Amino acid sequence: MTPNVHRQSANLSTSGPRAGAVVGVAHDEKPQGGVRRRAKRPVSGALGVLIVGFWLLMALAGPWLAPHGANALVGFEVFGPISLEYPLGTDFLGRDILSRLLHGAPYTIGVALAATVLACLFGVVLGLVAAASGGWLDAVISRTQDALIAIPNKIFALIMVAAFGSSVPLLLVMAAFAYMPGSYRIARAVAVNVMTMDFVQVARARGEALPYIMFVEVLPNMLRPVLTDFGLRFVYVVLLLSAMSFLGLGVQPPEADWGSLVRENIQGLGDGAPAVLAPAIAIATLTVGVNLIIDSFGARAKREMES
Amino acid sequence: MNSTILRLIIGRLGIGVLTLLIVSLVVFVLTSLLPGDAAQEQLGQEATPEAVAALRAKLGLDLPVYLRYLSWLGGLVTGNPGVSLANGMPVDDLIASRLPNSLKLAAATALIAVPLALSLGILSAMYRGSIFDRYTNMLAVFLVSVPEFLIATIAVLIFAVKLGWLSALSRSVEVDSFLQLLSVYAMPVLTLCCVLVAQMARMTRAAVIDQLSSPYVEMAVLKGARPMRVVLRHALPNAIGPISNAVALSLSYLLGGVVIVETIFNYPGIATLMVNAVVTRDMPLVQACVMLFSLGFLVLVLVADIIAILSNPRLRT
Repeated sequence: MTPNVHRQSANLSTSGPRAGAVVGVAHDEKPQGGVRRRAKRPVSGALGVLIVGFWLLMALAGPWLAPHGANALVGFEVFGPISLEYPLGTDFLGRDILSRLLHGAPYTIGVALAATVLACLFGVVLGLVAAASGGWLDAVISRTQDALIAIPNKIFALIMVAAFGSSVPLLLVMAAFAYMPGSYRIARAVAVNVMTMDFVQVARARGEALPYIMFVEVLPNMLRPVLTDFGLRFVYVVLLLSAMSFLGLGVQPPEADWGSLVRENIQGLGDGAPAVLAPAIAIATLTVGVNLIIDSFGARAKREMES
Repeated sequence: MNSTILRLIIGRLGIGVLTLLIVSLVVFVLTSLLPGDAAQEQLGQEATPEAVAALRAKLGLDLPVYLRYLSWLGGLVTGNPGVSLANGMPVDDLIASRLPNSLKLAAATALIAVPLALSLGILSAMYRGSIFDRYTNMLAVFLVSVPEFLIATIAVLIFAVKLGWLSALSRSVEVDSFLQLLSVYAMPVLTLCCVLVAQMARMTRAAVIDQLSSPYVEMAVLKGARPMRVVLRHALPNAIGPISNAVALSLSYLLGGVVIVETIFNYPGIATLMVNAVVTRDMPLVQACVMLFSLGFLVLVLVADIIAILSNPRLRT
């Protein structure tokens, strides 16, 4: 890897110490410190898998598991506390928060996941094309992606909503477009490095077609950075979509994702109502969970590289 | 300054201008893709086709798309980005009345966040693997992963509701005393700082560690330099490029972060102006705001690039 890519991947993974001969440079590290950390990493990774797995399951099964309808007025109490009947309290109209949370899961997680898949798919394919073809095509794609990066994501989201109104398909496309350039940059940087390897040269000399080289020779060798990037991008998309819903420009009523739940119950904040805290905590656990997985992923990659 | 450096800087400037041009094209295409235009919007559905056509001609909407793009672009460059559809005021006046507020907020945040983040990042790079490093890293991951509105609402819950120190809304930006200043800026700045410091500290740490794992640092250690000297004297000067890059990228987070923070605290800045324009679909204002935010981003990246070029010893003669 060139220093450039190295730095990027260091930014992405929440890198622990880069173990190896150089660790001792900054200060003398006690050996058991390393051992303890090594034992801790998989635990946090497993915790992350557990949390994210749970939420993915809820995104699929949540609406069926919910005890009440998303918009069913069930309680008489507004901003009700946590109780046996309403495990997460009731909202500003007396609706069951647990049910609303479960009904919102497909929006928050499903839409974000679909958007991230699209963003990474297009980003990686464009990155591969740019790296493999080089020349003017590379320049054109790179300049365009740079221009897209220059529009901050939230600002891009705002202009898309201003131009096309807010709907779930638009939010999906918007988030995919907003995060494609970042994915492209990383994919291209990694692909350019893989392209210089001997086996790619051999494939070229063999006269393989460009698509074959791109998808059979290069792609499998850049899966790890691409997957790490996918996780991180998913976190960003969840945060962006929640923020848009929080501003009232995302998922529109009567539908509600977790960001809208925080928005509509914000008056309950003064009393610390579970109605406003529960969806916010749900978002935080999801994003922290994904980060934990990425973290252990990066740590394992480092261990493999050492051995 | 030699000619190589000058050439590199001019090249970067050129790329910046080119990127801004592409941005303007993207913005213009996105905002004029949908059928129905400002004339129709202003007159409503019942307007006669003749009235719409007349207004369209008056607004220049009957011209071909590329002419409209050119006149819009020309207006932007000459400081005349059009008239707001919502209240008929010139867009540049609206922006001029809000921009200083946002810049003040950004400056206050940067003044606190940058020194804090750099020292945290450098310290955790120096003592990587230590308890301090691991806890700052954990905290940083947490702060980067939670949405800003959660941090902001928690800040309101603690400081405005429970403790009653600060008012939840920054109603005025006219400040007479230090206490008033604090009550207006404390919570928005705190919220922005949380994410900003976390991001910047992590990137700074990565940049310094990148340098610490290079051969010349190993050489410095082998010849017996103390850790402090190795980091500050040997590694840090070489990390200036990556660090300024990290600072610029993190600061560019502000460009999006202010959208949430200004809205929550009802701060009269450029982002609330833009959010309102989005709600009322006031396209000229939205377009101008997007261009302004993109310009801000490009300036940050450009400054970081130039610092990286200037700090590269290989380019010095």
